[in-house]
Amino acid sequence: MTRFLINRAITALISILGVMVIVFVIMRLSGDPTLLLAPQGASAQDIERLRHELGFDQPIAMQFFQYMWMVLHFDYGTSFVQRIPVLTIIGSRLPYTLWLALTALAFAITIGLLIGIASAARRGGWIERLLLPLILVGQSLPTFWSGILLIMLFSVHLGWLPSSGADQASSVILPALALGALSMATFARIARTAVIDELSKDYVRAIRAKGIGETRVILTHVLRNASIPVITIAAIEIANLLAGSAIVETVFAWPGLGQLAVQTITGRDFLVAQALVLIAAITYIVLNFIADLLYSLVDPRICLGARGR
Amino acid sequence: MRVTSLSQWLTKKKAWGVLPFAIILFVFILLALCAPLIAPLDPLNQSLLARLKPPGFFANGVTRWLGSDELGRDLLSRVIYGTRISLLVALLSVCVSGSVGTLIGLIAGYRRGWTEILIMRAVDIMMSIPAILLAILMVAVLGPSVTNLVIVLGLTRWPRYTRIAYAQTLVVANMPYVTAARLAGARMPRILFHHLLPNILAPLVVVATLEFGLMILYEAGLSFLGLGIQPPTPSWGAIMNAGRDYIASAWWITVFPGVCLFLVVLSVNLLGDYLRDYFDRRSMTS
Repeated sequence: MTRFLINRAITALISILGVMVIVFVIMRLSGDPTLLLAPQGASAQDIERLRHELGFDQPIAMQFFQYMWMVLHFDYGTSFVQRIPVLTIIGSRLPYTLWLALTALAFAITIGLLIGIASAARRGGWIERLLLPLILVGQSLPTFWSGILLIMLFSVHLGWLPSSGADQASSVILPALALGALSMATFARIARTAVIDELSKDYVRAIRAKGIGETRVILTHVLRNASIPVITIAAIEIANLLAGSAIVETVFAWPGLGQLAVQTITGRDFLVAQALVLIAAITYIVLNFIADLLYSLVDPRICLGARGR
Repeated sequence: MRVTSLSQWLTKKKAWGVLPFAIILFVFILLALCAPLIAPLDPLNQSLLARLKPPGFFANGVTRWLGSDELGRDLLSRVIYGTRISLLVALLSVCVSGSVGTLIGLIAGYRRGWTEILIMRAVDIMMSIPAILLAILMVAVLGPSVTNLVIVLGLTRWPRYTRIAYAQTLVVANMPYVTAARLAGARMPRILFHHLLPNILAPLVVVATLEFGLMILYEAGLSFLGLGIQPPTPSWGAIMNAGRDYIASAWWITVFPGVCLFLVVLSVNLLGDYLRDYFDRRSMTS
């Protein structure tokens, strides 16, 4: 158990280091990172001063160590465009993204699980034959398109919900629907397979033989065991939702981190963009680690396989 | 755990179930190849008198079947030419990432030792970064253009192929015929490409198909964010990005490219799923 966790923790740490290296390399792909970071219209003197300030005039190895130092101390500098510390900018946007991602997750889990379980419990019923294929088809919908369609229907046409921004409490509904649709299909698929798997096991036959009703079989006995894969998927899905927020937040003008990433990149505010990518990747890795952790906690059989992969 | 896929629902394990989707894909490939022959108008030709006209608008002897966009360009022609860009970018980036990823995977699986550890660790790291964010950052640094888009998508997606190629090579590389080839004096490139590659190709084709669908989505997504194909070049994502400002007045600008995108991606995904099941079944029966 401990060995498995230590192994996974080391893998996660190496991944984080690797991400830092990759972002460092990407920022230098264009040749001169100073030009990338300098605000538009900066004079040659300004650029020279900036180069010195940022340490880009030093040897590349030195630059790398400075960069690592900076990242590890959560010192992401001050945005040249907005003249505000990068972390303050990110901090002001973070609650919006969390609010959106968690709403989307709650929505995806509730509906996804209901449909998945219902379709597994009644094989061949209308839910399995009609609703399930429908959400699976929905999986091929690009989020920016489904987002626009939602706006067209519910804001422009029906006028029920606000189309953009985060001014009202109901503003979160449409972006959460668009963002959660993909995860919803995933949850439905996983839940369905898990419940079907469990239903074919011996203990289910035993409790059925005892005369326990089908609803109770599923709600009290099967769901407990079927929840294992769902819990793990949930952690990974949070990571996917955070990554997917870039497009959805742009469509709905939702003032979160995803929109910030796109805005800062198109506005050439690369210090903020770099910090965002680093933070997103690290969150992604940590959440995946938590997923593994949960997995081995819920089902102790898993770590017997040592490095499960 | 085997999770049931959509194609199994639709096809119920019969080949004809995916046929409609194969036809849809074929039609779009045809559109892409013969765009200049099929498109009724020049996709870049602006006409200020025909701005934001609804589908079926008739002027100057031409019917604009899908309406016109904010600069009076014929939407049908733009969508047809957009097919070309979308499929081309996706195809090229699958070629880049597929060949790079497969080569690296082959080497890792054949050489083993440190090469293997380094390569597979790099794969793990690459897979741990959300690909769309990485692509956005890289495009922003390199500047948006078709070539850069292909490079970026190729560079972010190779690990998918490496994993598969590596796992397959591990199985095949220990077979007696490979040892025989080595003993007969075959060099590494010959063993990799002549003896190993043909035998690990099937699962890679499946991955490439599914990736192709994903690449279409990525290209559209990046163009939608303004980081991919730049106007006035028509691409589905770019058209939808422009149409976003006219949701209330001109729904057709965003709806039609979206329908095309959805149909192509759905068809590609279903065909990919079907191919996977097909190869799975074949490997199980043999």
